[in-house]
Amino acid sequence: MEGEGEGERERKRGGRVCCVCNEARASVKRPKTLQHMCRNCFFHAFESEIHQLILNNSLFSPGERVAIGASGGKDSTVLAYVLSKLNRLHNYGLHLFLLSVDEGITGYRDDSLQTVHRNHLQYQLPLQVVSYKDLYGWTMDQIVDVIGFKNNCTFCGVFRRQALDRGAALLKVDKLVTGHNADDIAETVLLNLLRGDVARLSRCTSITTGIYSPNAYRGFAREFIKDLERIRPRAILDIIKSGENFRISTTTKMPEQGTCQRCGYISSQKWCKACVLLDGLNRGLPKLGIGRSRGSVGSENGNGSKVEKSIQGKQCGTLDF
Amino acid sequence: MACNGSGCQSGSCYKDEDATCNQPIKSEETDSTNPTNVCIKCKLNDAVSGYGGIDDGRFCADCFKVNLFGKFRFAVTSNAMITPTDKVLVAFSGGSSSRVALQFVHDMQERAQRNFDASRDRSLPVFGVGVVFIDEGAVLSIPSSEMEEAVEVVREVVSSLVPPRKELHVVPIETVYSSDSGDGKERLIKVMDTVSDTTGREDMLICLRMLALQKVASECGYNRIVLGSCISRIACHVISATVKGQGYSLPADIQYVDARWEVPVVLPLRDCFAQEINMLCHLDGLKTVKLSTGPCSSINGLVSSFVSLLQEENPSRESTIVRTAGKLTPFQFNRIPEIIDGNVPLATRRRQKRYNLKSNESVSSESFCPLCNSPLNKSEIVDWSNMDSHRSSDNFYNTCCSSCQFQILPSDSTSMEQFYMDLPKSIVGRAKQASNGNLSLLREQIQDFLLSDGEDEK
Repeated sequence: MEGEGEGERERKRGGRVCCVCNEARASVKRPKTLQHMCRNCFFHAFESEIHQLILNNSLFSPGERVAIGASGGKDSTVLAYVLSKLNRLHNYGLHLFLLSVDEGITGYRDDSLQTVHRNHLQYQLPLQVVSYKDLYGWTMDQIVDVIGFKNNCTFCGVFRRQALDRGAALLKVDKLVTGHNADDIAETVLLNLLRGDVARLSRCTSITTGIYSPNAYRGFAREFIKDLERIRPRAILDIIKSGENFRISTTTKMPEQGTCQRCGYISSQKWCKACVLLDGLNRGLPKLGIGRSRGSVGSENGNGSKVEKSIQGKQCGTLDF
Repeated sequence: MACNGSGCQSGSCYKDEDATCNQPIKSEETDSTNPTNVCIKCKLNDAVSGYGGIDDGRFCADCFKVNLFGKFRFAVTSNAMITPTDKVLVAFSGGSSSRVALQFVHDMQERAQRNFDASRDRSLPVFGVGVVFIDEGAVLSIPSSEMEEAVEVVREVVSSLVPPRKELHVVPIETVYSSDSGDGKERLIKVMDTVSDTTGREDMLICLRMLALQKVASECGYNRIVLGSCISRIACHVISATVKGQGYSLPADIQYVDARWEVPVVLPLRDCFAQEINMLCHLDGLKTVKLSTGPCSSINGLVSSFVSLLQEENPSRESTIVRTAGKLTPFQFNRIPEIIDGNVPLATRRRQKRYNLKSNESVSSESFCPLCNSPLNKSEIVDWSNMDSHRSSDNFYNTCCSSCQFQILPSDSTSMEQFYMDLPKSIVGRAKQASNGNLSLLREQIQDFLLSDGEDEK
């Protein structure tokens, strides 16, 4: 009788029952489906969806070495947890590693690196930390000293993307997974629309691609996405769906993917962005490679890109009278 | 989704210009601070500023007007939007974009008339122009006196644009029910009240508006509908369609021509900024009306304030958005069909030039959402053989695009049935046609194995 009363009270309080198991009290309203779910059912649904996604897209094959980009944040922590669990549960046969980047920002990474360290112990995954200092000879703190507080996002973003790849090469892994979530990808779709980046627009929703975008700009769209989510939670998934359904006209000129002549990293220009930035730093011209004006550094590089730009302008400018 | 998908977008441009077009016009006083500023084109008059875009402050008033009209005319001629034998219907909401569209169409017609009068053989007839105003009083909460005033202004504007004389059609939105029996207005209100989502309601109205425009055009013998959608509105549509998950059908809505309808719809102001349009209205004293609408809490409203924020930060942002989306592959119906009718005079046919069309690449689409008429992605096309339900309302639900299903259609099957009953016949007809079309296609595929009646008798 007491139990009954409690159940009723619970219902009166607005506490709903999980709509999957119909037993436990629901603790989350899932934005994706608007279903009220209990903790366990949510975990189960979430994990099995990721499992399905991995199977449907054949993301991995047995025996592969896979590095998990771990920042210590919630996205990558969840990723590390789910992936190690699924690997055990479904026998993917993967060798998993945690890969962290230490930018060398005092007081910023220390905490998160500790979290990564905890994950490393908890899930028993080998951990590799690569630092900017080792890779580029500059810590972020030193860069900020030179360049000031403005525009340093460019350095951090460019360097981090490469650092992950280089760390991955160090670990000799076949694949690198990152914890980009639906919000991030939706944001990228929008940003690419806003700044006319057709090339990225067509590949930004593909599952394994890493994404880099200048931080200041991102914040702008992020606010918009938060507003959107408030009106319609499903909007984020709809944006991704739109991005997947975009069919880019084949007559559009796409930048060709080449390799950096300096470090061999993929780049659409002669030198990859990181090399341009590093070169600037080392030559005492830190502003180089930031913003529109490509200065005299790698002067061929600057000219080359300009020429390419003007050609592109003609080809795509048919709507521009 | 789809609501915005198709004509709706164009429809939206036609009617609620409030959000994007309200960007304040800086008065010419601003450039008095810079007295040495001479027009870069004629190098005679002082340049004016306040019309936005990258050219802001470079041209004098006259050169600015010539430029803007040039963009319009180029869009019209290069896409074969209007040919001499056409009869075009301009959708005029009273807002500045459609006002400018009407003005430009009138200018063009006037010019054609002058040429006609002066030419000896009179081989090129002058195209006809009509104007339509859709009275949405039934669904918008606007005092009737305000609507009457608006109609009065519209009449005044149209009667001032002579010669040649233009016929004005003032049509209530419930006209979409005119072929149905019973009280259309009540059913319309019931349908609109069923839609709970704010954005869905707006998009539903856009669908209905396009339906009304099509109806007027086909009943009165027009063969083109001109909308005043400007680049700012199209940029908003790009973003809001993306947000609604309409990435597949989006390219259909943002081209110069949209001929998926019975009467093709054209967007000659596709390259003009809202600010330029407002500037022209200001310079020429073009009269416009704006109906008072409540605060907008929909996705469309949010997107349009987001885009105008971006446009402030970068004056070519809107055109960047539209040009980026322009790289998406259009559909086959995004062009005016070639005139193949031998009865059309050769002079007219020759006029139909299209030097700007990349005709080689387009996507063909046979299935459309019956509600918003946006083309359906393969994954959205229902397999009729698997359709287990015999209720036509359920079948209707399944043929709609996923965006309409989410934001417009009621999710429970009883209210869906009621909603279906209250829909105008023309929409229901579209759904039936779609299913029949699929059946006949199926029939065609198995034709060889069917026994005809004649064979049976033998």
